[in-house]
Amino acid sequence: MFDFISFIPRAVMQGMPLLFGSTGETLTEKSGNLNLGIPGIMYVGAICGVIGAFFYEQSAGGNLNGFLAVAIPLCCSLLGSLFMGLLYCFLTVTLRANQNVTGLALTTFGVGFGNFFGGSLIKLSGSAVPAIVLSGTSAYFRKTLPGAGSGAFGKLFLSYGFLAYTAVIVSLAAAWVLRRTRVGLHLRAVGESPNTADAAGINVSRYKYVSTCVGSMIAGLGGLYYIMDYTSGIWSSDAFGDRGWLAIALVIFTVWRPNVGVLASILFGGLYILHMYIPSGMNLAVKELYKMIPYVVTIVVLVLTSMRNKRENQPPASLGLAYFREER
Amino acid sequence: MDNKTAAVTMRNITKRFGPVLANDKVWLDIYRGEILALLGENGSGKTTLMNMLSGIYFPDEGEIAIDGREVVIRSPKDAFDLGIGMIHQHFKLVDVLTAAENIVLGLPGKLDLKAAAKKIRDICDAYGFEVDPDQKIYDMSVSQKQTVEIVKVLYRGADILILDEPTAVLTPQETDKLFAVLRNMRDDGKAIVIITHKMHEVEALSDRVAILRHGQFIGDMLTSMTNAQEMTNMMVGHAVTLNIDRPEPVDPKPRIEVKGLTVRSLDGILKLDDVSFTANSGEILGIAGISGCGQKELLEAIAGLQPVENGSISYIEDDGSREELIGKDPLAIQQMGVSLSFVPEDRLGMGLVANMDLSDNMMLRSFRRGHSMFTDRKTPRQLALDVVEELDVVTPGVSTPVRRLSGGNVQKVLVGREIASAPTVLLTAYAVRGLDINSSYTIYELINKQKAAGVAVIYVGEDLDVLLELADRILVLCGGKVSGIVPGRGANKRDVGMMMTKLGGNSHE
Repeated sequence: MFDFISFIPRAVMQGMPLLFGSTGETLTEKSGNLNLGIPGIMYVGAICGVIGAFFYEQSAGGNLNGFLAVAIPLCCSLLGSLFMGLLYCFLTVTLRANQNVTGLALTTFGVGFGNFFGGSLIKLSGSAVPAIVLSGTSAYFRKTLPGAGSGAFGKLFLSYGFLAYTAVIVSLAAAWVLRRTRVGLHLRAVGESPNTADAAGINVSRYKYVSTCVGSMIAGLGGLYYIMDYTSGIWSSDAFGDRGWLAIALVIFTVWRPNVGVLASILFGGLYILHMYIPSGMNLAVKELYKMIPYVVTIVVLVLTSMRNKRENQPPASLGLAYFREER
Repeated sequence: MDNKTAAVTMRNITKRFGPVLANDKVWLDIYRGEILALLGENGSGKTTLMNMLSGIYFPDEGEIAIDGREVVIRSPKDAFDLGIGMIHQHFKLVDVLTAAENIVLGLPGKLDLKAAAKKIRDICDAYGFEVDPDQKIYDMSVSQKQTVEIVKVLYRGADILILDEPTAVLTPQETDKLFAVLRNMRDDGKAIVIITHKMHEVEALSDRVAILRHGQFIGDMLTSMTNAQEMTNMMVGHAVTLNIDRPEPVDPKPRIEVKGLTVRSLDGILKLDDVSFTANSGEILGIAGISGCGQKELLEAIAGLQPVENGSISYIEDDGSREELIGKDPLAIQQMGVSLSFVPEDRLGMGLVANMDLSDNMMLRSFRRGHSMFTDRKTPRQLALDVVEELDVVTPGVSTPVRRLSGGNVQKVLVGREIASAPTVLLTAYAVRGLDINSSYTIYELINKQKAAGVAVIYVGEDLDVLLELADRILVLCGGKVSGIVPGRGANKRDVGMMMTKLGGNSHE
């Protein structure tokens, strides 16, 4: 019998980093910026949080202040990903560099940045294993709601750290802003037709900057969540894997709707770890095939949405294009 | 006119784009309760001048005053605040949003689409528009989109409206409707500026005309005190004849015979339904119809670019031998002498590569010629030089990318290249789209020369007045069907207009 009660919380925890990433990327793409730097930004968000937590743990010795233990990594992570978002915007919006090239460069940079500083910290800590363990900080991030242990309801709904609930709230809020507010309407107009938005008196560059930076900060939280909650505060090189790309695939899967992302990310998380729950014996090749499922599902969704050809389900019309008012 | 106060006074307005002087010390007064027609050739600075009023550009020198008070307009928002609204030639609408969402775009405050929809309905009732606030833009026809644009500026409380070539994409009936609305707004005390190339519209609609030439203000006068000839002379700077030549066809022989042609688009929509006609050599066959009625598909089917469901297209040689074109490769059809020059709405979509220079674009037609593995670059370059010379293309040189040229010049390059290939059949669509009077006449002359040389010309046009003067016969398409074929001499605009909207027209009345 398949053990849903233990599978679903794992799927949720696997899904939340993806949800952060895809919500951030959706906000970014709605402004017409295709930020392929998201995987790198999530690495940077993670390592900056780790750096903050590491030095706080070092200086505080054994007794951590609960508030600071959460606030310091959080602020470091947000600052790190904000810096990445600003870098991306400066290159693509102000200098109008190619978005794909810039994004891929940021991903390469972000992963290297994470592994480099991760390695440095491991050296500093003088640990025997190639990993940093921040169990003190992680304990605060993993604090669950009361009643988490008791019964199926508690296990399914109450057993997560606060960042998981933040992810859901942020994505629902993002969906509401996009759908219902004037800021969201303007943002959608900027991504669809910057000319039109400009003529209507909307500051195109400002919208692109703000949405991309906010999007980066949200995505960076995904990296932080992964390290502090999912892996219980253990950083090792390349630990985050290819989840950033999965988050970008999730944006397409959800047809640019953050609220759909809440369930879709859990589905993706489940598919991502399905191979651990399917008995496959010694045949490791089968496991690798299972790991492909999220990507296959994304391709199927792409085919389906393209076939249905509904205009609302298409990417923002000016996605990937730089805007220059006086271009003819 | 003395009792009216000027709503807008522009004094000594100068705007430079690099070394180009787009506006040179222009003076202009715009009055309330009056429709002002702004006239000028392509590139004479009409749109630039109006863009400065609507906050897109900022003038280098000069003053603008609204109701006598001097103002500085830095952005479109400033212009809205002063009650100035501009309807651009290329609509500024977001396709996936609804009419209401587009209309409130950029306004401050809380988003309340229900209240917006109510206000939109009030505006529509006041002026006789029909807009569904919840309809998506991509579901709308061109004239509906234009209506949304007009409602958008009215919604912002604009009482100075600027329309940049509003009738370029409308049918005669839609144009009449628009004019009725504009007169309504004028009587309501609004100031209206309309930019257009069509003289008869100026005469029909405007109260006053102002004329620009090469960025300079030439003069303004009451429309009732002038006529088309005088206005054209002022625009061009010397006397021009306004009649389009229509020589009798020389020895017409059937050249292309289309029988029962049926074409379906990829989505399965019937684009052409049982279309039959003959195009003769030495004759211009005009094709009239509301845009999107199958004109494009018809030309593409003849050029071999469009899969055909049913029917036949025969090419008839001078000696009477026939050859079936359907199923032939476009390249083979082209080598038989069938040449297609299609000017799409964006002018660059078909036929020219925007980022390549003039001679490279000429080469697109000739690069297969020659036997060595290297391309011949000299002949296309010479051809480009000839086209520039003959058609007065304004360009820094033949190695300038096509996208840097103004719309009219791009079209001259396209039409010039097609004619240079010495075709036996010339298919041309919207050859004068957006061109000023002078350039248009150059193109008409070119087409007439081809006709005199015995080429079968199929001319798809949007300006009915021109079609009626230029074509020997007019084929009217309506929803992909042939609504009728009428001789060009003696055809009546109203009848053709009716045939465009209704199969066979209103023959019973």
